[in-house]
Amino acid sequence: MGNPMTEQSQTPETVSSPQGVAGDSSPIIKVEGMHKWYGDFHVLRDLNLDVKQGERIVICGPSGSGKSTFIRCINRLEEHQQGKIIVDNVELTDDIRQIDTVRREVGMVFQHFNLFPHLTVLENCCLSPMWVRKIPRKEAEATAMEYLERVKIPDQAHKFPGQLSGGQQQRVAIARALCMKPKIMLFDEPTSALDPEMIKEVLDVMIELAGSGMTMLCVTHEMGFAKTVADRVIFMDAGEIVEEAPPHEFFTNPQEPRTQKFLKQILQH
Amino acid sequence: MTESTMKPPKKTLGPVAWMREHLFSSWYNTLLTLLIGYVLVTSLGPLLSWLFFDANFAGTGPESCTGAGACWVFVSERLNFFIYGFYPDDQQWRVDVMFILLAVAFVPQFIEGFPGRKWLGIFGMTGLPLIGYFLIPGGSFGLEEVPSTKWGGLMLTLILAYIGILASLPIGTLLALGRRSDMPIIRGLCVVFIEVWRAVPLITVLFMASVMLPLFLPEGVNFEKLSRALIGITLWQSAYMAEVIRGGLQAIPRGQYEAADALGLGYWKKMGLVILPQALKLVIPGIVNTFISLFKDTTLVLIIGLFDVLGAVQSTITDPAWQNVASEGYVFVAFCFWVFCFGMSRYSQNLERKLDTGHKT
Repeated sequence: MGNPMTEQSQTPETVSSPQGVAGDSSPIIKVEGMHKWYGDFHVLRDLNLDVKQGERIVICGPSGSGKSTFIRCINRLEEHQQGKIIVDNVELTDDIRQIDTVRREVGMVFQHFNLFPHLTVLENCCLSPMWVRKIPRKEAEATAMEYLERVKIPDQAHKFPGQLSGGQQQRVAIARALCMKPKIMLFDEPTSALDPEMIKEVLDVMIELAGSGMTMLCVTHEMGFAKTVADRVIFMDAGEIVEEAPPHEFFTNPQEPRTQKFLKQILQH
Repeated sequence: MTESTMKPPKKTLGPVAWMREHLFSSWYNTLLTLLIGYVLVTSLGPLLSWLFFDANFAGTGPESCTGAGACWVFVSERLNFFIYGFYPDDQQWRVDVMFILLAVAFVPQFIEGFPGRKWLGIFGMTGLPLIGYFLIPGGSFGLEEVPSTKWGGLMLTLILAYIGILASLPIGTLLALGRRSDMPIIRGLCVVFIEVWRAVPLITVLFMASVMLPLFLPEGVNFEKLSRALIGITLWQSAYMAEVIRGGLQAIPRGQYEAADALGLGYWKKMGLVILPQALKLVIPGIVNTFISLFKDTTLVLIIGLFDVLGAVQSTITDPAWQNVASEGYVFVAFCFWVFCFGMSRYSQNLERKLDTGHKT
């Protein structure tokens, strides 16, 4: 194992897109032969995935296909029972220290935002940097304001989450995750709980983030977003990765019949 | 903003309209209003005259109670005993200091915007018991020792309730967390502890603490009855508190736990910074309810020979020198309890309003 706890900064600007990266650079996320069961139910079957630094991956598929469960395994919100998951050179095992190490480097955005309602927006953003990274309050607040600026809601910093709209809450959630300066961002259906007019403001923030070279794994039904920013689109069905292709190929020339059927259904309207 | 210039119709405003709507809206409401009015007028008069108009306030000794009303002389004559028990007269200033500190710490909690309110509250929960620990029993700093067998009255009630409340909240929180732990041994121990203590009446606990505990303790180890009662009350109360707090923990959506996990907050930070602040806020009414019932349950220490305020009053109303003073005594006790319990209740309502951040998770 390498040393994942070295002083790290924001993802280096030099790594722009995976096409430019040499094939021998080790992946930042490596999933090998991963299986998961809920009781007897086999939710994830033999998943294999390598994600390079700076790569943007969109995972789609019908509901119940295990796509959320899959990305929740990557920061161990769900436990896998077989196979290997290595994130930033740290393997996810039962060891709580390894899990905490990985979670510090992986930011997550949830469908239902999950902001802490008893804390203000600014406090939400500062909580983890202050208590986990031990950054002094002043510095943490400055960083938080920077990210709130980036998601375009610095003026809401002293409000409580309950006073914000859904779209604003989700942007705060993105800022909160970014305040930990993660190497990887996971998005679990970030726009599914939003009203249509709020989806765009969240997607805009995500597109901006993708442009900055962040490694992103995104479960979403927003095919427009997939077309614009994804380096690869992964289609899952019944717990398996059915197809994996760059967006252009994926949308224009899907190989698997299950993919074709899915695309036909969602692109009909 | 444009203010509407239309006024509501006259009929819906003013006391007459209010009465028409709330008291005489239909024939049976009118009937009920008249009936209740009659009962109030006929019973309130005699009650007030017993309590105040015909009562005897001034004087010394039973002879001064001549009126038909209450004999408050009895209460004022015995007030010293009701408040301090057998605490020596020349040392009572120590108890008075504690009463004053208690008021200084907690009365400002009811006054919005009182300077340093938060710090006074923190002092009330840390410094105050510490000072009391040295001041009340004495024996150090050149203070004369007053054994706990001489404590009694309202002072004893407050000591029992205050320490029980202060200790049961953190112990109960730990038990609640333990009961929801992933670790089977910790969870098992907490379940057993809670279920055993909660299934036993407080009287039994007190009896065990005062009579049976000494039998189990090794030779030479012995601590006085009051400490044993306090430990019993605290553990018993913690079991109740644990279940109240567990209710709050269960009401926190799973997303909050997951968000805290995803941010890399470890178990204790997740609980301390994210989950417990929300869970405790949710169960403030339940927690205060438990406090209030503990406050009243302290009267049970009477059965192990400790004289709390009720015990003190009960032991004096049988005094043959005074006749028929039981009602006065009990009214006084009821008033004491009501003041403190109502205070707690009001404070919890303040707290709920203050902590409301307008969210629905």
